[in-house]
Amino acid sequence: MTERAPGFATLAIHAGAQPDPTTGARATPIYQTTSFVFNDADHAASLFGLQAFGNIYTRIGNPTNAVLEERVAALEGGTAALAVASGHAAQVVALQQLLSPGDEFIAARKLYGGSINQFTHSFKSFGWNVVWADTDDVASFEAAVSPRTKAIFIESIANPGGTITDIEAIAQVARKAGVPLIVDNTLASPYLIRPIDHGADIVLHSLTKFLGGHGNSIGGVIVDAGTFDWAGSGDKYPMLTQPRPEYHGIRIHETFGNFAFAIACRVLGLRDLGPALSPFNAFMILTGIETLPLRMQKHCDNAKAVADYLSKHPGVASVNYAGLPEDKYHALARKYCPKGSGAVFTFSLKGGYDSGVKLVSNLKLFSHLANVGDTRSLVIHPASTTHSQLDDAAKIKAGAGPDIVRISVGIEDKEDLIADLEQALSA
Amino acid sequence: MNHDTYPDDYIRGILNGVKVIAMVGASPSEIRPSFFAFKYLVQRGYDMIPVNPGHVGKSLMGRPFVASLADIGRPIDMIDIFRSSVHIMPIVEEALKLSPLPKVIWMQLGARDDAAAEKAEAAGMKVVMNRCPKIEYGRLSSEISWMGVNSRTISAKRAPIPTQGMRLSLNRTSVGGGATTAADRAAKDRSDPT
Repeated sequence: MTERAPGFATLAIHAGAQPDPTTGARATPIYQTTSFVFNDADHAASLFGLQAFGNIYTRIGNPTNAVLEERVAALEGGTAALAVASGHAAQVVALQQLLSPGDEFIAARKLYGGSINQFTHSFKSFGWNVVWADTDDVASFEAAVSPRTKAIFIESIANPGGTITDIEAIAQVARKAGVPLIVDNTLASPYLIRPIDHGADIVLHSLTKFLGGHGNSIGGVIVDAGTFDWAGSGDKYPMLTQPRPEYHGIRIHETFGNFAFAIACRVLGLRDLGPALSPFNAFMILTGIETLPLRMQKHCDNAKAVADYLSKHPGVASVNYAGLPEDKYHALARKYCPKGSGAVFTFSLKGGYDSGVKLVSNLKLFSHLANVGDTRSLVIHPASTTHSQLDDAAKIKAGAGPDIVRISVGIEDKEDLIADLEQALSA
Repeated sequence: MNHDTYPDDYIRGILNGVKVIAMVGASPSEIRPSFFAFKYLVQRGYDMIPVNPGHVGKSLMGRPFVASLADIGRPIDMIDIFRSSVHIMPIVEEALKLSPLPKVIWMQLGARDDAAAEKAEAAGMKVVMNRCPKIEYGRLSSEISWMGVNSRTISAKRAPIPTQGMRLSLNRTSVGGGATTAADRAAKDRSDPT
C-alpha cells in the first residue's frame, strides 16, 4: 500500500509517455496524421458521441499531443490538460467555455502585453468585457466583482517585470465570488510555482517559453485543476452544465466529473474554434520538458547572478527582480518560488529611453527579439515592441515604461552574460 | 476506510477482482453517463447486468434489464449505483439481503452516503463513493490518457494494443491516489461544508 510516489523530475520525463504499443519505440513517436481509422461503425459512433476513449481527427486530439497534455497536467497537479496552438489560443479556448456575450472577467493589469491587447480589443468583439484590477492590491479584485463576473485572470510571475502575484489571496476573492481563478504560469513553470497548490482552478501556459524551452516551437496548454464546483454553480456556466445540442444533450460536467473543464475545452472549444497544435511541435516541446528541472534551476541561478551584477552597476537606475533581497516582491518570492524567482526581469537605465535603445544594439550575446524562456539570453525594449500598443500611462502601469529594458536570462555561462552586459553598458 | 481519497491499490484490487457487476440505474439512453459506463465495462470484459424497473422487457448491449437486485438470481460481485445520494440507502439495504453478499458497493460520481457506506463496510463489503469505474479503469490502464487526462500513473513497460472485450493491465506505478490532491480537497470541501 505504501507505493513510492515519483517526484517532479521523474514525471517531467515519464508522465504521459510509455513505449509505443505497436513498435516498442521508447521516445514518443510523432503521430503526424490528420485522422485515425475506426474499428467499425459502432466504434466510430462511440468516439463521436464521447462514449469511448480514442482518436478521431488531429484537430480534436492526437496521441503525441496527448502525451504532452498528460505530462503538463501531471507536473501542475491537475486532473487533465488540453494542448493548443499557442498561449493566446489557450486563453481564447479557456475563456470561451466560461463567458457569454455581455459577461465580464477580471484581469490583473500587469500581464504580457499581447494578452492586454487580446483582452482589450479582440475579446471586446466577442462581447467578453475585461475589467482591470491592480496586481498588487487584492481589494481591487474584490471591488471589481459584479454579477456578470465569470472568471479572474492573473499571471503567477507577471511579464515583463518580475512581479510575484499573491495567488492565495486572489484565490480567496475568486472562491467568494464563485468564479474560477485562471493563472497563467508561463514565466514560473511548474518547477518554480504550482498555482493549483495555491488555489488556482485553471492553469494556462504559453508552451513556447520555459516548458518547450528552446525557442523552436509555438504552443499553449490549458490545465484543469478539477477543483471548481460546476455542479454547484447553477446556470452560470452553460457550456459545462447545460445539455449540449452538439452532443445529443450530454451535460459535460456530469459525464466527466473533475476533468469536465478540460473536456469542454477540447470538444466544444478546440473542435469548433480550431487552434490545434501540430504533433511535431508537441514532440519538440515534450523533449524540452524532459530537462525542465535542470534548465529552470540554471535559468534562475544565472538570472540571480545577472541581477546582482546589474544592481551594482553605476549606469543602472533600478533592477526589478524578486530574487534580490531589497526587491518589493522578495517576500512573495520566498513564499511562492523559493527555488528561484524566474529568469525574466526588467531594469531601467539612468540614461532613460536612449540608453535603453543603445544597450540593446550594443549587446553581442543577448539576442534582440520578442520572446522569453529560450536557452539563449534575450533582450527587448518593451515600450517600443511588446507593449507598444499601450499609451504611456498604461505602459508604466504594466511595468513597461520608456526607460525599461527586459531580459530573459538563458543558460549560457553566467560570466559570459555579465561580460556582454559590461561591454554594452560601457560602450 | 477514508472515503475522501482512495489509494490506487484499493481501486485496482476491486477492478481486478470483480467479474459480475449489477448496475443499478443503468439507462438505455445513449447520452446518459450510465450508458457510457455500462458499454465500456462490457467492452472490458465484465459480466454486466442492467437493473432498472422502468426498463424491464428491454435489454442493454444484449443484456436484459431486471427490476431489482433480488431478481438477478445469481451471485454478483459488485453493485455499481448510478443514483443520486438520497437513493443510496435503500439499495444498500437491499444488497445486504442478498446471499452470497456482493463484495463491493460502488457509488457513482457525485453520489455519497456515509451512513450507507458504514453499513455495507460493517457487513464486510468494500465501498467506493463519488467515483466512476469507467474513469478509474481507463485511468489505471492509462487508456484515458488519449483524452489528455492525468492518469496519475507511469510505466516503462510496453502496453498491449487494446482490442474488444480485452481486460487491460492495471499494474502501473502510481503517482498518488485516485484524483489529484487539489481535486480531492475540493470534493471534500463540497461534501463537508464548514
